[in-house]
Amino acid sequence: MNDVAPAFTYAFAASPCGGLRTAVGGTDVTLRASGALWLEAARILVVADLHLEKGSAYAARGQMLPPYDTRETLRRLAAEVAATAPAAVVLLGDTFHDRKAEGRLSAADAGALVALAEGRRLVWVVGNHDADGPRALPGETVDEIRVEGLVLRHEPQAGAQPGEVAGHLHPAARVVAPRGTVRRRCFITDGERVVLPAFGAYAGGLNVRDAAFAGLFVRPPLAGALGDRRVRAVGWRQLAGD
Amino acid sequence: MADAAGSPADLLPQRFRDWFAGRGWAARSHQLEMVAKARAGRDALLIAPTGGGKTLAGFLPSLIELAERPPANSPRGLHTIYISPLKALAVDVERNLGAPILEMGLPVVAESRTGDTGISRRQRQRVKPPDILLTTPEQLALLCAWEGARLYFENLACVILDEIHTLHASKRGDLLALDLARLQALAPHMRRVGLSATVDDPEVIKAWMASHRGVEVVGGGAGSSAPSTTSWSSSPVGTGEELAAPTSPVPPPRAGERDHEVVEGALVSHRSIDLVRGPGGAQPIVDLLLSEGRVPWAGHTAQHAMAEVYEAIKRARTALVFVNTRFQAEFAFQELWRLNEDALPIALHHGSLAAEQRRKVEAAMARGGLRAVVCTSTLDLGIDWGDVDLVIQLASPKGASRMVQRIGRANHRLDEPSRALFVPANRFEMLECQAAREAIAENRLDGDPPRVGALDVLAQHVMGCACSEPFDMLALFDEVRSAGPYRDLSWEDFEAVVDFVSTGGYALKTYDRFRRIVQLPDGRWKVRDLNVAQRHRLNVGAIVSPAMLSVRIATRRGQGGRKIGEIEEGMLEMLDPGDTFLFGGQVWALAEVTNLDVLVRPANDRDPKMPSWGSSKFALSTYLAKRVRQLMFDESHWKVLPTDVREWLELQKDRSLIVSEQELLLETFPKGRRNFLVAYPFEGRLAHTTLAMLLTRRLERMGVGPLGFVCNDYALAVWALEPLDGLDFGELFAEDMLGDDLEAWLSESFMMKRAFKGCAIIAGLIEKRFPGEQQKTGRQITFSTDLIYDVLRRHEPDHLLLRCARADAATGLVDVARLGDLLARIKGRIRHIALDHLSPFSVPILLEIGKERSPGDARETILAEAEEDLIAEASQ
Repeated sequence: MNDVAPAFTYAFAASPCGGLRTAVGGTDVTLRASGALWLEAARILVVADLHLEKGSAYAARGQMLPPYDTRETLRRLAAEVAATAPAAVVLLGDTFHDRKAEGRLSAADAGALVALAEGRRLVWVVGNHDADGPRALPGETVDEIRVEGLVLRHEPQAGAQPGEVAGHLHPAARVVAPRGTVRRRCFITDGERVVLPAFGAYAGGLNVRDAAFAGLFVRPPLAGALGDRRVRAVGWRQLAGD
Repeated sequence: MADAAGSPADLLPQRFRDWFAGRGWAARSHQLEMVAKARAGRDALLIAPTGGGKTLAGFLPSLIELAERPPANSPRGLHTIYISPLKALAVDVERNLGAPILEMGLPVVAESRTGDTGISRRQRQRVKPPDILLTTPEQLALLCAWEGARLYFENLACVILDEIHTLHASKRGDLLALDLARLQALAPHMRRVGLSATVDDPEVIKAWMASHRGVEVVGGGAGSSAPSTTSWSSSPVGTGEELAAPTSPVPPPRAGERDHEVVEGALVSHRSIDLVRGPGGAQPIVDLLLSEGRVPWAGHTAQHAMAEVYEAIKRARTALVFVNTRFQAEFAFQELWRLNEDALPIALHHGSLAAEQRRKVEAAMARGGLRAVVCTSTLDLGIDWGDVDLVIQLASPKGASRMVQRIGRANHRLDEPSRALFVPANRFEMLECQAAREAIAENRLDGDPPRVGALDVLAQHVMGCACSEPFDMLALFDEVRSAGPYRDLSWEDFEAVVDFVSTGGYALKTYDRFRRIVQLPDGRWKVRDLNVAQRHRLNVGAIVSPAMLSVRIATRRGQGGRKIGEIEEGMLEMLDPGDTFLFGGQVWALAEVTNLDVLVRPANDRDPKMPSWGSSKFALSTYLAKRVRQLMFDESHWKVLPTDVREWLELQKDRSLIVSEQELLLETFPKGRRNFLVAYPFEGRLAHTTLAMLLTRRLERMGVGPLGFVCNDYALAVWALEPLDGLDFGELFAEDMLGDDLEAWLSESFMMKRAFKGCAIIAGLIEKRFPGEQQKTGRQITFSTDLIYDVLRRHEPDHLLLRCARADAATGLVDVARLGDLLARIKGRIRHIALDHLSPFSVPILLEIGKERSPGDARETILAEAEEDLIAEASQ
């Protein structure tokens, strides 16, 4: 390796839907404004960290957060499915907030999940919050899935992982400008791998400057911050810690 | 009054008379009157200027009762609770009260209890209460949420509320009023005593502090939808004087004995409050400082006059220099140090400095070791500093009452006038200073309007009651409605609040099994378990402060060293690493921000980069604004103004217009490639900002794309590429903008989110120390209340907390009420003039451009600009 690394230029372009087209490990992907990843060639929609029933998990501990988070998350997911008509939906782990969450689902919300599997593959990649996958709901349960040169798994693995698509870290970007500060969920990618933002309505965000992201990227990564109906590409130097 | 109240011989026991005589004093008439009121078992509000022996007047009856009661073998519980808005004031009063107790050898224990009191002392106070407890509203709320509250307070004879005028019109005031109702229920004989500085409308405070109890309906006229057996007085205001107590000492009334009056066919009752007035102080002398007779066009710092301010400090014994913001405090302090050739001891005091540093300044001040303190509203209240002989107000006073309070800090002796010096920073401020001087001279003050108790605060209180002991819903409803701010509370709202406390109050009833309060077989409600109660007690209080970050000096290894203070997160957002800023009177460079620490290094920069900073967090008071408009319109009045300001007004009259007090002046003119619309409502920055946001929405719809706007306390300017002269201004300023436009804008605005967060914390939906998600690595994932807000707004837009947030945003954050009054006032009274170029009045506001905000979603713009930067970098 040379002392002076050649400057890396990211290739990215806005897509008509407000998303951002870029490549991960040589495969074309679209980062959608909803926080979903769209693999057009394979017609696969990937969403990470839905954390369904987080509200009721808090309520059980005495904090009565509005009980509409599952409904809201599934509404957003249904809108993405309607917009992309995917052949498969991949839930990239931590779909449920905890192991008992499936049992707390309302009938309507469970119905929405069943509907999601109709006419397409529904793949549950398991995560740390939901290691066993669903009990009664339809779909395949897997640890990871390989498609089009990409590997889709919940938690990013240490070291070089070309083509890895993961969630788990809930990346968020903080952009500081003289007129104010914006903190948004974001995709984060170095062109080799990508970490997806959490899709769940109550899922929080972890600043990409946090040590948890250190060592994942071979070069200063690019953030795809979720703006209002658009994904905004933001360079590493523009990003601030919390 | 003293004769009416009774002579000292009747009212004061021998050792009290001896004590007064020994100090060469005579008991003042209002002090004796307070003793007489207590003998008669009456609630009383004492209004007296600072320095009038007000605090002693409040305590004297309690001291006498305690001195005269027979010895007892067992502990008797609390006799008197004193509530102060400030921790420091509670501690100070503890010290001051020590003197008479010690000198008369009274068998009385008086102790303070604040958030800073040590755990062992607090525990002892719980087991063995002092006779007199000096504390804050937050601590009182905590005591009321104790399991043993009923026993603890059963012998309480008196509650004293100090500086009541600063408390009542706020959420803290709501909480305090509810706790008063609770105390009264636990101790029916308890007397209420309020102490207040001069206020414009004592009736508002009396209505706030009175107990509004009801009795059986006789005529059946008063309407209440409550399934309660009682009816209520909807307006106790104005009944106090007529029902004043007998003027000679009488035995205390039996419990439950009340005043009666007939209102609208129903027999209602309440315990009215007797008003006691202290002597009027000497008229303050307020001067204006004009630097070389000139007033600058614009600006907020009064930098031009600092040399004269320094001279004034030199001539005074001790001066308090008040400013309106922390930034101004830092700036003024640095300017004074630069001028300080005589090395005068001058200090700085504001809310961001480390508590230890503030205590040091206060101690030095108390010793008489300082010549001046530059301070913000942190020193508006309280602690008695006898040596202050001059109060300097830098920049605009914003309100007459605030100024009276500040001026009262000078010279705590009644017979000598307080001296104050106003230093206007610009020409509109000059008008404001003059209006304030005249208002003070006429003793006309601006008052807070009465407020309706907030439901998020009520939710906290209901939870506190359930933590203390099981409650009956009907009885609690009656109790809550006896509190002034909640006297018109509907049963429906109360039920909604109880449902919220129990399950979150959602239309989707999925949380019934997780109830935080549960119903006993007898129908009463109690907290589910100890854990829920404990968590409630950790989060009691009604002050939600903005996120604060510690400022620490960076060590060589780049870690956090000594803490020098705290700053609000918002201020930090204007700084990048390497930027220099003033803090604690020194210039620092921002090194790094880590978690909750801001690391800084000393910088040698004499001219720190200053973040743009709002002129004041206090809005110009409605009353003072009106006086400014009157002053401007009345040409004969201009002669009191300095020459350059007078010439400026005359030039404005010549080139543009001067309109009458009820009218609104609108100017349109081109400047550069832009076209401006400038309006002069004089209603304060907050109302102007809201107005400007709504105007730009309308202008956009009219097809005149506005490019930006800027507001100050006096005016607002909007600019566009297209000319703005031909518009229908009556239509543009029509009152209906407060309907859908406001609703649509507000629900998207960050202000609603901020208001929602505050309400969610107070109501206990989320906890102040929100348990962040601890992941395996121990990292904190920030879980923003914005997410909750977004979900709730979509799925249950009428939820109780959204109603609370809307009410808060409309009053505190965007001043909708004031905007509504403005639009009503100017309807059909808009005077528009199309000019060729800018007017004399427009200069100050145009000079503020640069701080402008663009209409539309500024935050999207920030992201878009970040993206553009990246693109520019990539295409180099």
